[in-house]
Amino acid sequence: MASGHTLSETAASIQSGARSATDTVREAIERAEKLQPRLSAFLSTDSQRALAKAAEVDAKRARRQPLGPLAGVPVALKDNLCTAFGATTCGSRILKPYHSPYNAHVVDCLESAGAIIVGKTNLDEFAMGSSTENSAFGPTRNPWDETRVAGGSSGGSCAAVAAGIVPAALGSDTGGSIRLPASFCGVVGLKPSYGRVSRYGLVAFGSSLDQIGPITSTVEDAALIFQVIAGHDPRDSTSVDRPVPELTKALSRPVKGTRVGISEEYFGPGLDGEVSKAVRAAIDLLAREGAEIVPIHLPHMKYGIACYYLIATAEASSNLARFDGVHYGYRTPHPEDVIDLYAATRGEGFGAEVKRRIMLGTYALSSGYYDAYYLKALKVRTLIKRDFEAAFESVDVIASPVAPTTAFRVGEKSQDPLAMYLSDIYTIAANLAGICAISIPCGFDSRSLPIGLQLTGPAFGEEAILSLAHQYQLRTDWHTRRPALIKGT
Amino acid sequence: MAGSLDESAVRHVAHLARLKITDEEAARYADQLSKILDHVRQLNELDTSNVPPTAHPLAVTNVFREDEVRPSWSSDAALANAPDRHGEFFRVPKVLDQEEA
Repeated sequence: MASGHTLSETAASIQSGARSATDTVREAIERAEKLQPRLSAFLSTDSQRALAKAAEVDAKRARRQPLGPLAGVPVALKDNLCTAFGATTCGSRILKPYHSPYNAHVVDCLESAGAIIVGKTNLDEFAMGSSTENSAFGPTRNPWDETRVAGGSSGGSCAAVAAGIVPAALGSDTGGSIRLPASFCGVVGLKPSYGRVSRYGLVAFGSSLDQIGPITSTVEDAALIFQVIAGHDPRDSTSVDRPVPELTKALSRPVKGTRVGISEEYFGPGLDGEVSKAVRAAIDLLAREGAEIVPIHLPHMKYGIACYYLIATAEASSNLARFDGVHYGYRTPHPEDVIDLYAATRGEGFGAEVKRRIMLGTYALSSGYYDAYYLKALKVRTLIKRDFEAAFESVDVIASPVAPTTAFRVGEKSQDPLAMYLSDIYTIAANLAGICAISIPCGFDSRSLPIGLQLTGPAFGEEAILSLAHQYQLRTDWHTRRPALIKGT
Repeated sequence: MAGSLDESAVRHVAHLARLKITDEEAARYADQLSKILDHVRQLNELDTSNVPPTAHPLAVTNVFREDEVRPSWSSDAALANAPDRHGEFFRVPKVLDQEEA
């Protein structure tokens, strides 16, 4: 794509014939390869397949056949989404090599709409992390400042969109893994309500928390991708059979009369002053435009991190049991016996954070500790969910920061797991409650690093957050800013 | 909730999780996991005696489908990623000793 163009613009230029899909896709792949030494946003690109698919779109257009809404648009996938072409690594040595026999549901949705998958993006190993530093293949760098992290775990997807390589990418969000890197990279990231998007073909981390969502530079584009990937899929029994609203139309809902909840729990100690100021300024803007600002209280939100790191790790310890050196991926070369085959394969194949989480989850589920840790966390989850249910009786949307700080330096938190976990303090509750939330750019700090505004809605309330976020973007230009790196490439 | 994790507890958990870890890793994880458990212990501030657990955000229960034969992968497709295979089987080191078998 011409760097910095939105998904809607890219799609329109291909539909009209102003640009060919082939040129658009070729340019995306060239940018991906050129920026790879600086950003490490990708784990693989597949130019041969992508260009062949682009040629099909161009041929279809030449024959005046109808094109899908995303025809010829280059997109990137977080590399925990299975593809029947190329490799799927999850950023882990243990899956090297792994070639999935099937596509994730969302991959089929994108391709049916005509999108061209140009590559798979970097991530924290198995999506476990907040900085993309836990990738076995090296950290993704932030396009706004290459000494800083892109955020995680969908750091590669967010960096690829921020750097103008692709106009859209998919990520997954278990505790903030779409929204946090979107905030750090100055792009839009949507975590849909649990059950909205089929998880079929998403390598499972925390099955009751994981959701796939779009990363784009505008809210309108996020709505367009969401429309394509949302909906019932019988292959995921937690995918909800419920109609997806016509979102691109819903975006015109007026700000006036929208009830926006503000909870002081999101503005406590630990929140950076510049982030707080930018988020409050965004809320003030919404108020000036006629939104009704309503103070709310979420008394159990502060327990979110503790609750999450028991539940997510417990689920992960079970989900990651399948990586055993028998069925796929890496196998230790000289096992003594079958137990050693499992243990040595896993000990050698998993990185430090994944092992830490598997052990924490195993401990929380183990005999004698189950009630004290896992069951306790499930009960606190009920309290957090009830807080939101009560809040959404009096408000339509909750506005807050996405993260307590802007992007931190590479290496700054990698030796202190708990400090890293606290980056997710404002995003985690949405996953525990199963509700939807979006991160949109709302300013920059004094180091020119992007700041994100989070708008949270009730379960299946995507219309409310997308329309308010879109209306905010109509009145601001933060989302149109591009990192200096784009101009130099 | 119980106290912190020492190195022998870490080794026990690692064994349960089928993770071979080094002594150096055991020491580091004991320290890190203890700090995380300290943080997690704040959940004890809450009285949850009358609160039901939420294992899942949706009220979905069993999802049934018709019990009918449908196409599925060939054994070659299913075995294509196997580190080691023997015909239509995944091959692993011997599980039982000769005498026991």
